[in-house]
Amino acid sequence: MITVVILYLVVVVVGTLGEMCLSRATKTIGEVHDFRPHAIARHVWAAMKVPWMWIGIAMMAAAFFALLGMLSMANASFVFPATALNYAVGAVGGKFFLKERVTMQRWIGVLIVCVGVVLVVIGKG
Amino acid sequence: MTSHPGRRLKTLVMMIIIICASPVGYTFVSKGMKQIDWEGWSLPNLLHFFVQAFTNGTIWLGIALLLGYFVAFLVVLSWADYSYVQPAASLSYLIVALLARYALHESVTPLRWAGVIIVCSGVFIVGQTHVRSHEDHPL
Repeated sequence: MITVVILYLVVVVVGTLGEMCLSRATKTIGEVHDFRPHAIARHVWAAMKVPWMWIGIAMMAAAFFALLGMLSMANASFVFPATALNYAVGAVGGKFFLKERVTMQRWIGVLIVCVGVVLVVIGKG
Repeated sequence: MTSHPGRRLKTLVMMIIIICASPVGYTFVSKGMKQIDWEGWSLPNLLHFFVQAFTNGTIWLGIALLLGYFVAFLVVLSWADYSYVQPAASLSYLIVALLARYALHESVTPLRWAGVIIVCSGVFIVGQTHVRSHEDHPL
């Protein structure tokens, strides 16, 4: 049980922090306007030079392995919806780490996700 | 989004791939992972765990589907609005629960079904908000 909780925290917290690092890295190099393959490759190459990108990739890799670990010991009907809590971590992190303005509607959506996650967790089979 | 008929069909096909590939991928990964024993946090156990995971064909099939989902998501975003794609993708949570129940034969209680539907609703609402909160990003 404690292992599942640790892995869950890694998936939700580390995974979402990793995505935020990616967001920070990609925002520093600017928006993609040209969707031709070579232009996207050039954009990805530019992103790879930003340290935040590598920190993000490492965190997301850790989260993915934690997800694999969770799936080996818990039901998919629990794991997948429970990890939706990353919307809450993302909203809080977006506000305080990325300085985004999170709208009331987004907070309401996040709150509803949290209620759903609580029901998924307590609704054991 | 334009009303170009070819683009409409292309979008529909891509959305079906997006909505289905991720849940089916997770279902295969879950099925594969159930064939592997978690033996603890020690280094030899972790190495053994990873070797088992990455020599399992079912897990690779799941990972391939997840990669397919990721590519389809990026591709469809090149012409479709994020605010159109993301809410539709919230259906994935429901499809995972259905596959878990009927393909993996997991026991899903009514309370968990309610939770899954509420999660879908919450994700849908988050997806209805503006993609970008302000034009001049401080970073």
